[in-house]
Amino acid sequence: MDWITIFSTTIKSAVGVETVLYALAAIGINIHFGYTGLLNFGQAAFMAVAGYGLAVTVTVIGLPFWVGIAVGLVAAAILALLMGIPTLHLRADYLAIVTIAVAEIIRLLFRSVAFKDIFGGSDGQRGFSGGFQALNPFPEGEYGFNLGPIPIFFAHWQLWVMVVGWLLIALCCFIVFLLMKSPWGRVLKAIREDEDAVRSLGKNVFSYKMQSLVLGGVIGCLGGFIYGLAYGSVQPDVFGTETTFYLYTMVILGGAARVLGPVVGSMIFWVLLVLLNGTLSEAVAAGVITFIDTSQAGALRYVFVGLGLILLLVFRPQGIFGDKREIAIDAR
Amino acid sequence: MHAETTAVTSATDRKAAATAVFKDMEREPGVPKPDPILTVDNVVRRFGGLTAVDVKHVEVQRGSITALIGPNGAGKTTFFNQLTGFDTADSGTWTFNGKAMNGVPAHKVARRGMVRTFQLTKALSRLTVLENMRLGAQHQKGENFWRALVPGAWRRQEAEITERAEELLARFKLDAKRDDFAGSLSGGQRKLLEMARALMVEPELVMLDEPMAGVNPALTQSLLGHVKDLREQGMTVLFVEHDMDMVRDISDWVIVMAQGAVIAEGPPSTIMSDERVIDAYLGAHHDAPLSEGELEEQLHDAEAALEAEIEEETQK
Repeated sequence: MDWITIFSTTIKSAVGVETVLYALAAIGINIHFGYTGLLNFGQAAFMAVAGYGLAVTVTVIGLPFWVGIAVGLVAAAILALLMGIPTLHLRADYLAIVTIAVAEIIRLLFRSVAFKDIFGGSDGQRGFSGGFQALNPFPEGEYGFNLGPIPIFFAHWQLWVMVVGWLLIALCCFIVFLLMKSPWGRVLKAIREDEDAVRSLGKNVFSYKMQSLVLGGVIGCLGGFIYGLAYGSVQPDVFGTETTFYLYTMVILGGAARVLGPVVGSMIFWVLLVLLNGTLSEAVAAGVITFIDTSQAGALRYVFVGLGLILLLVFRPQGIFGDKREIAIDAR
Repeated sequence: MHAETTAVTSATDRKAAATAVFKDMEREPGVPKPDPILTVDNVVRRFGGLTAVDVKHVEVQRGSITALIGPNGAGKTTFFNQLTGFDTADSGTWTFNGKAMNGVPAHKVARRGMVRTFQLTKALSRLTVLENMRLGAQHQKGENFWRALVPGAWRRQEAEITERAEELLARFKLDAKRDDFAGSLSGGQRKLLEMARALMVEPELVMLDEPMAGVNPALTQSLLGHVKDLREQGMTVLFVEHDMDMVRDISDWVIVMAQGAVIAEGPPSTIMSDERVIDAYLGAHHDAPLSEGELEEQLHDAEAALEAEIEEETQK
């Protein structure tokens, strides 16, 4: 078994592109679910409209990269308004139903045959990250170091995406930190506890929920940009509902309503997933495990993810950073 | 010492003033008051075929403690919900300080100075007691999204709010709990916190929905004191309550609801001996056996109904 490769990919995954993009989207979910108590099951749709907004603006319309980013951001904000206006007056579960439906509608629109000329059908769009890579300050080559015998190297284009991504994460976390320490964040947390009490104290609950939905959606859409720029392409099926559920797993793993919770959650999630995948497929290839084949190994790792989540909820429901007292109150 | 004496006299003054206002007032439902803070006209709320609230006219006197009583299902809480914008009335108008309030959303009702509490206490469990209190303050600069990002813009106001919150907490004897989660408080302490939090809004009219429900007797006395205190500070109190001892103890005037309508008003000392109130609580015939005539009439009615039914069956 090639332990060197397994450890190399595992360590790289802790800071890699996937961790970055999921962390950004999870920060958005944390604002919705962790702080405001909004059950947004359509975070993948925010990522999708951002990724496709960028892709279509650049490849189909032929406008520059920055315009594409602007289009993606505006699209995410509009999507939040569209989801929020009919549902935020209602109970929380209505928002959950609407968001999951909207996310599926958007995914199916992007992969539909009718709009193949614009969105590219199930193949998606590619060739729009040139403008971003042109800004890359790192000359071509491999960057990194050897950790003992384990090589940890990233290609220059990967490194550029990661640097931008981690800067965005730092910025978003700082914004969340500032907001949640402020009276604005206090209103959000109070809405999570009891909307009617907040209304009786003279706060416009609808407006705050909408602000939360837009903020979390816009931060989440940054994850969609990172996906598009890192892989140089977008495909509709990347933005399926399971993406949203992974995001929830990360938020709960790290600790909901904690500033760094979703970031750490995303890191742990991907480290475990890559480690399991590497170990299982290596073990199958080396003949240590004989009862499954390599493709089954890929699926089996998600079984372990599910198992891990169950164990987490049983033994540490507050997540890594959570406060046990809060959970105890919830159980009353 | 001197200041204390004046405080006591002014307190008795307020009580005396409120009592004087109601001294010779009529006992009819909807009786006009000399200085109403809240005037309600023809408020109706129906749930399908059930008319939960149908109040023709009622006024609440400024600076008094008014109790709203009535048997279970009389529509007291629904009426509260209408007035505070938590539920929309099917029709009707009501004015607060002379301004129309129908159709005004709940948060704007609170901003205008009409603040309510809830029958089932709504402490914000996973916020600390102090955060609960701070939330009640109005016109907070830091509650605007953009200003929230600049701590310098709201720090000073936050300090003022905190100071006011701590004074109130000390008055309600919750200051030792200030950093605990509100969810860890006992039921009675939550009632106290909810009342204190409502005061952070600086209301003119405080509407308490069953402030004593589920509170142990030791705390009841302290809660009663706080409610009386609200009047001494110039606020008006309207509260729903079942406990008649409490109503007699603190209220200046009592409004009685039954089956959605206001059926009687009067001073707490005599309201429970009012014929209409007794009927509403215990039924019209609770202490008198049916007369022979009435019995016969009932029998006749039943027979007629039975016959009609049989006829219907045979026609099929």
